[in-house]
Amino acid sequence: MRESFDILVVGAGPAGIAAATRAAESGMRVGLLDDNLGPGGQIWRGSDSTSSPIATGWYNRLAAHPITKLQGSRIFSHPVLGALRAEKNNSYFDIEYKKLILATGARERFLPFPGWTLPNVLGVGGLQALVKSGLPIEGKRIVVAGSGPLLLAVAAYLGKHGARIATICEQAPFSKLSKFATSLVTNPDKLEQAITYRWQTRSARFYTSCWPVAAYGPSGKLESVTLRKGGREWTVPCDYLACGFHLVPNTELAELLGCKISSGNVDVNEWQETSIPDIYCAGEPTGIGGLELSLVEGEIAGYAASKQTEAARALHSKRSRLRKFAEKLESTFALNPALSQLPQQDTIVCRCEDVSFAAMAQHSSWRAAKLQTRCGMGPCQGRVCGPAAEFLFHWSAASIRPPVFPAPLSGLAASSTQREAQLHTT
Amino acid sequence: MPDRILLMVNERPLSVERGTSVAAAMMMTGTHCRISVGGEPRAPLCGMGICFECRAIVNGCLHARTCQMVCEPGMEVHSQ
Amino acid sequence: MISTCDAVIIGAGIVGTACAYELAREGLCVAIVERDIIGGGATAAGMGHIVVMDDSPAQLALTQYSQSLWSALSASLPANVEYDRCGTLWIAADDEEMSEVRRKHSLYASANVPTEILDSQALFEAEPNLRQPLAGALLVPSDAVLYPPCVAAHLITRAEQKGATLVQGKTAINAKEGTVHLDDGTTISAACIVHATGASATSLLPDLPIKKRKGHLLITDRYPGFVRHQLVELGYLKSAHSVTSDSVAFNVQPRRTGQLLIGSSRQYGAEDSAIDHEILESMLKRACEYLPTIGNLSTIRAWTGFRAATPDKLPLIGPTEDPSVYLATGHEGLGITTSLATARLLADSLLKRKTAIPLEPYLPARFAVEAAHA
Repeated sequence: MRESFDILVVGAGPAGIAAATRAAESGMRVGLLDDNLGPGGQIWRGSDSTSSPIATGWYNRLAAHPITKLQGSRIFSHPVLGALRAEKNNSYFDIEYKKLILATGARERFLPFPGWTLPNVLGVGGLQALVKSGLPIEGKRIVVAGSGPLLLAVAAYLGKHGARIATICEQAPFSKLSKFATSLVTNPDKLEQAITYRWQTRSARFYTSCWPVAAYGPSGKLESVTLRKGGREWTVPCDYLACGFHLVPNTELAELLGCKISSGNVDVNEWQETSIPDIYCAGEPTGIGGLELSLVEGEIAGYAASKQTEAARALHSKRSRLRKFAEKLESTFALNPALSQLPQQDTIVCRCEDVSFAAMAQHSSWRAAKLQTRCGMGPCQGRVCGPAAEFLFHWSAASIRPPVFPAPLSGLAASSTQREAQLHTT
Repeated sequence: MPDRILLMVNERPLSVERGTSVAAAMMMTGTHCRISVGGEPRAPLCGMGICFECRAIVNGCLHARTCQMVCEPGMEVHSQ
Repeated sequence: MISTCDAVIIGAGIVGTACAYELAREGLCVAIVERDIIGGGATAAGMGHIVVMDDSPAQLALTQYSQSLWSALSASLPANVEYDRCGTLWIAADDEEMSEVRRKHSLYASANVPTEILDSQALFEAEPNLRQPLAGALLVPSDAVLYPPCVAAHLITRAEQKGATLVQGKTAINAKEGTVHLDDGTTISAACIVHATGASATSLLPDLPIKKRKGHLLITDRYPGFVRHQLVELGYLKSAHSVTSDSVAFNVQPRRTGQLLIGSSRQYGAEDSAIDHEILESMLKRACEYLPTIGNLSTIRAWTGFRAATPDKLPLIGPTEDPSVYLATGHEGLGITTSLATARLLADSLLKRKTAIPLEPYLPARFAVEAAHA
């Protein structure tokens, strides 16, 4: 199977939806590809999109254009120039494009601590995603911990679905959070949202400078979590622990394509174009910045890729303003170095290969640790343990190779139709 | 179209709302999805298809990412 | 910081670390210089297959000798080395290849390497996932597989226990006439300098007849029991034999983890380490021809590496015109297999002892003689 587009947008979260919509306004042929079964990415996952006016607005705009949606599809390779290969239902297909907009979003950062591998310890967005896909949590006791704006938002969501939120623990200190909250005065919508979330979770204890030090589950799944704040430690019995330490950008596809990456983010110019001509990037991979920044970057990328330059330029000042918010996000939720002391010697860091902290700590680089311990060599390809290792050991990750996501061997064995066409003409 | 469907998880029948992911279904039964290399029971972590902890055997296929799959009537799911 | 010793080895890949251990064991004061990580070159990229091969009598002698050394060492190797005597199956697709199987069977017997001929049915029973029908195969039960980076690390540890010094993170910029100059300005003086530099050997010794030969590999997720032996098509020998063209051959290894390691490819003149999709596709298509259901397996990673190839497919082991310089390089696709024998031969050569097998076929002088006559 082969698809062909003027502009292919990879990732149907807010940035991708905005990019595809604006690009399609030019009349160019636009494709929108995503791994999930429906659009929305993480933040607009599932039916809740209808409860957000921003989301509804964008879905309506998206629907107004003949954009080809390729759902349940995951890019894994770049076999020839101008084409990407994706896996869907254990089979694969090629997509040709003239221009590419990468809107691959972000994932949660997981930091290891004793017991973090127990069943019913999930990410913050992770537990929300499971609930959105049918996990009942009515009456369940939940501790929400880690860092970032997701904590309150998800705690409020879980509470609305009947969970009893026991505690919310943010590792950032109160001073940073209150500074952040005050700065939201220029962003009344966000401030109102934050206040609403806190009101909705008012029955839960909310602690700052607080984090989990261990999860217990002698029965084989989670039973309780020990939390620490300053010199105090206490244990909270719970059914689920939702723990994630803010977000890391999904830059793997950009790296595979050869785009320049700086400090973990994809480098883009004022038109959201990467270092590779005709490849654009919008949203979290250019720097974690939240929903509104993702949307405006998506719009700019969509306009720029479809040569609607004036429309793109008109959004530059909005983007600058929202980038300031992104900077505040980054400094507010910066990780406390004390978190690097959480793992014990036998705490697993690489979950795919069960590599312990002690085994990894012996090495002086990510590559040496990989070769000697096999960390990062499992199917997650370092997506979980890589950011953890970077934080714990200050290592930078190594180079990306295809498949950029695990794929059936037949998908890597197949010639691209372009190449087949070339072979037949010689 | 019925609102609930029936599938088998580790040889036991389970009925779920249509649209439920296989990972959610496995969590509902209280069973793990897979046993890790070192022998630990594992269950979903990221919920978005990148951690591979939710892998289980679905209709005979190993390494199925259950958080990215919707339950279907008659589906057979086993912890791997 | 060490400044004088008996022997300096440049390169801590499998060959260099084997040499370090062997020389340290003999009581020499040994230093080993490694600019990057232990076993980070071809050692990390290759297949970890300990295999007897008979492209030439000298290759047969060297691989057979080394395989027996591995066998003797195996009991003392740690678990993370994943040594597994799973054996090799040389697959015959047709009658022509089957007669090759019979030829190898007698040849190996004469070299004291026991082998077994499997007919079509026996092959199917041994490896049910192979396509049917195939003509048969030659089973070499004494062949083994292991995980090379951990072996190299283990050998370094053993060398250090015998007093060797590892100098890591420094690059040798000059290594001849009894002195190794490092990039930090320091020097190490030694009676003998061993270049175990693999595909980068020509950086320090530009006249060496070593060319890079790029290879691709792919690893799958865990599918225990899908394949039980290292499976190699007899056409592999043609692929490895050719000195000029790009080629692929069916070559699949079961790792102890249950993952499958899939190769192999050979390219000349390719200096770029990026994946070449045409070659990868060709290699994987070949794999699918022999293992029809392998296409369904989930693949996790593909990568490339560079073998150090010489014109006659035999390594360079032994002294050079510079009385202080010895070579232990040019092992092409047999570095893992022949590392232990290389180390033994090198030590014997250094210490002027009789070697267990003739050293002449591997001596660096064989190319100097040709150059003199050219």
